[in-house]
Amino acid sequence: MTDWEVVIGLEIHAQLATKSKIFSGSATAYGAPPNTQASLVDLAYPGVLPVLNAEAVRMAVKFGLSIGATVARRSVFARKNYFYPDLPKGYQISQYELPVVKQGKIAVMLDDGAVKTIGITRAHLEEDAGKSLHEGLVNASGIDLNRAGTPLLEIVSEPDMRSAKEAVAYMKKIHTLVRYLEICDGNMQEGSFRCDANVSVRTRGSEKFGTRAEIKNLNSFRFVEKAIHYEVARQTELLESGGTVVQETRLYDSDKDETRSMRSKEDANDYRYFPDPDLLPVEIDEPFIDAVRATLPELPDDKAARFAREFNLSPYDAGVLCASRELGAYFEAVTAALSAAHAKLAANWVMGELSSALNRDNLDIKDSRVVPGQLSGLLTRIIDQTISGKIAKEVFEAMWSEGRSADAIIEAKGLKQITDAGAIEAVIDAVIAANPKQLADYRAGKDKLFGFFVGQVMKATEGKANPAQLNELLKNKLGGGPTEPV
Amino acid sequence: MLHTLSIGELRESLKSGQTSSVELTRHFLGRIERLNPALNALITLTAEQALAAAAAADVRRAAGEEHPLLGIPLIHKDIFCTDGVRTSCGSRMLDNFIAPYDATVVTRLKAAGAVMLGKANMDEFAMGSSNETSYYGPVKNPWDTTKVPGGSSGGSAAATAARLAPFATGTDTGGSIRQPAALTGVTGVKPTYGRVSRYGLIAFASSLDQAGVFAHSAADAAIVLRAMAGYDPRDSTSIDAPVPDYPAALEKPLTGLKIGLLREFFDGLEARNTALIHEALKIYRSLGAETVEVSLPHLPLSVPTYYVVAPAECSSNLSRFDGVRFGYRCEKPKDLLDLYTRSRGEGFGAEVKRRIMTGTYVLSAGYFDAYYLKAQKVRRLITDDFRAAFAQVDLLIGPTTPTPAFAIGAKINDPVTMYLNDIYTIGANLAGLPGLSLPCGYVDELPMGLQLIGPHFSEAKLLNAAHKFQQATDWHRQSPRGYE
Repeated sequence: MTDWEVVIGLEIHAQLATKSKIFSGSATAYGAPPNTQASLVDLAYPGVLPVLNAEAVRMAVKFGLSIGATVARRSVFARKNYFYPDLPKGYQISQYELPVVKQGKIAVMLDDGAVKTIGITRAHLEEDAGKSLHEGLVNASGIDLNRAGTPLLEIVSEPDMRSAKEAVAYMKKIHTLVRYLEICDGNMQEGSFRCDANVSVRTRGSEKFGTRAEIKNLNSFRFVEKAIHYEVARQTELLESGGTVVQETRLYDSDKDETRSMRSKEDANDYRYFPDPDLLPVEIDEPFIDAVRATLPELPDDKAARFAREFNLSPYDAGVLCASRELGAYFEAVTAALSAAHAKLAANWVMGELSSALNRDNLDIKDSRVVPGQLSGLLTRIIDQTISGKIAKEVFEAMWSEGRSADAIIEAKGLKQITDAGAIEAVIDAVIAANPKQLADYRAGKDKLFGFFVGQVMKATEGKANPAQLNELLKNKLGGGPTEPV
Repeated sequence: MLHTLSIGELRESLKSGQTSSVELTRHFLGRIERLNPALNALITLTAEQALAAAAAADVRRAAGEEHPLLGIPLIHKDIFCTDGVRTSCGSRMLDNFIAPYDATVVTRLKAAGAVMLGKANMDEFAMGSSNETSYYGPVKNPWDTTKVPGGSSGGSAAATAARLAPFATGTDTGGSIRQPAALTGVTGVKPTYGRVSRYGLIAFASSLDQAGVFAHSAADAAIVLRAMAGYDPRDSTSIDAPVPDYPAALEKPLTGLKIGLLREFFDGLEARNTALIHEALKIYRSLGAETVEVSLPHLPLSVPTYYVVAPAECSSNLSRFDGVRFGYRCEKPKDLLDLYTRSRGEGFGAEVKRRIMTGTYVLSAGYFDAYYLKAQKVRRLITDDFRAAFAQVDLLIGPTTPTPAFAIGAKINDPVTMYLNDIYTIGANLAGLPGLSLPCGYVDELPMGLQLIGPHFSEAKLLNAAHKFQQATDWHRQSPRGYE
């Protein structure tokens, strides 16, 4: 059996979050009725001309600076010529030979905690096409040009990824980054963030790349992973059965979980790229770059390193908390009300209860039903032993559904922890008295029954007994631990 | 005779109340009605709108408003989008196209109070040198209706020569203002690339297209150009620089002006034509100018360079005419490919198709470097030649065309011979320079043009030099028989 190595490169299309289109003044908002956001420029009426939206350039430069790339002092828009009804001009304005961003890189943390650096060949500005609509039409297609002219940043990686997991980790990292930079809303369902995957396989150790297939338009992390898995299996089977991979464009069908050929290299369009004479080269000077640099936020990696350092978190936890700017901010706001020693507790709660509640209700962190001040209020009660961690989960659920503070719920439900040793002892005594058989068995060596007694006491106190105290007191009462079996 | 007056004289006449814009507009509409059928210079008449605009101009003037063009009629080349009016670009493709907006040139002239009488015939999509490629049939030269008026702005040139309007707009991509101006005996100005907005001008070759003016004199052209020119934020290639007061610069003496004779322009030029240019040079010397011979070694490469660059750009610019959103759509398309191929196949004429195919070829993988890229390099060399020449002289001078107007039908089946008609004009487009053609005599009783080319943004100097020549001569005052 040949040992195959997978080689993957991604072309990510991030829709830039500008208010207006890249070459016209039309709005870019998603979901408007068809063709209501298409001006004469977007419709490519005779005589109209494109005018570059400076905000799109600013955003591309911001991205370039965040990946340590070279920002081209001069970049050029070119025309990519082909006919399609959703491409009104008959050409797409894109950057070809001279992109605005060149040679950057980004570090990606893999599942095993290893960090891998992925090269980014280039990032260039281009306009999106419109959409063809077929639903509800007989013998005709509809065209919606609302999206035509929406600015895109196409981020092209080096073929540096060696597995579907690496590809997904890289894509997630870019997703995090563009949202940190506030240059893309990252909404994958609306198509604001999508990618094409170039996939090939080769014999491990080989210098030469295998022939690649390009899988178009993947708009979820799961699809990226599944499409690559399918494609790798397809290519290795093909090669192992003596076939050859042909260079082609393929489509991933998520319903059937397979990729299908769209067009081969032979049928590929000759796009006849040439510099767009309607647009001047984009000249970017040092002051412009400096001004953009001044607007850079703390980047995800820097923030994660700081969290690890300041709060003594594992790199993994720090990474998870920095997956979005909002999550990191939420965590910091919770932690701010506690002492640094309790940051780990805050991290666990943010990554645990809070995240699962958000997931369950399909909410974004910014729409969380429990705000940072409320969560830190709850954690304060764990720290001062007013409630146990277990009770805290119950309180959290109540806070989530009722929106009240932790203290109000603890008070109303009488959930305050019992820390009075005498009171706990009284319950223990009653439990022991009621369960003579279990006591005998325990003393005879069935030490697992310790948990039974804990459970009975907790049940009797409705979970409010302080767990540490309970343990201690119970041990004493049961006779200093189980005796050795005779 | 209102149609013989200069723009300045018309303005005085309007100011003094001797005439009104409505009267003036009626006069020209009457001439168009009477004279256009023999010429086919106008393809759309907007009489009603014109009279309304004229009445509005009269009201503005009565209210004390003042602009040199207020109430003055004009004709727009049908390449400029005019809101609510058919804008055909001389093509079947846009025969049904009512533009939903005004080109910036149209907006500016409207704001100045000029009154549009109608739209001028032109070579289809401005591709042609004889006005024979128009879907609406050829334009006749008023000097001899068996002859072409030149192209592509042939309708604008013929209309100006026949005095169907005091002035007309045009566009010049490879000589499309200067060549027809020469062949019809009028003054035509092609400004510096970027001086006049291209917004709303239906693109042929974006890096070469430039809007300009046809008039009866440099003095009139100066007034019009001042109103047309200026930065337009909707055209990224327009230049953000103040527009000089061209009329104010007309009277500057030419003492010490250095005029360069373009040696390459005289190679193989017919003797009678050469003689006319030398007569013109004598006049310039008598006005105090100095003339020296200069050489632009790469200039002879202009035509092949142009016929790579212009078709390349046009092949892309004309992709938007696909039968989907506007313009011609074939009957009952079977499928998408059929819609494209028949709409374009039936909507475009032969010359347009030839250039789209040429352009597609030179941009194709495997040919791009040898054609498009090479042409861009030669374009740079030609531009450098001009730059070097302008380090020595203030203006360049030469003929506008190799021959006077030729017979309709004589060259239309021989594209290469036709293309060579633009041999003297194309260089200025490739280098983005302003050029001007003014009448300088006759060959075979047909007008010939003298061409002036200047450095970037030297329109004031060109108009000044043309104006001084016209003060010393009366070629520009001649009218073809029947149109006096």
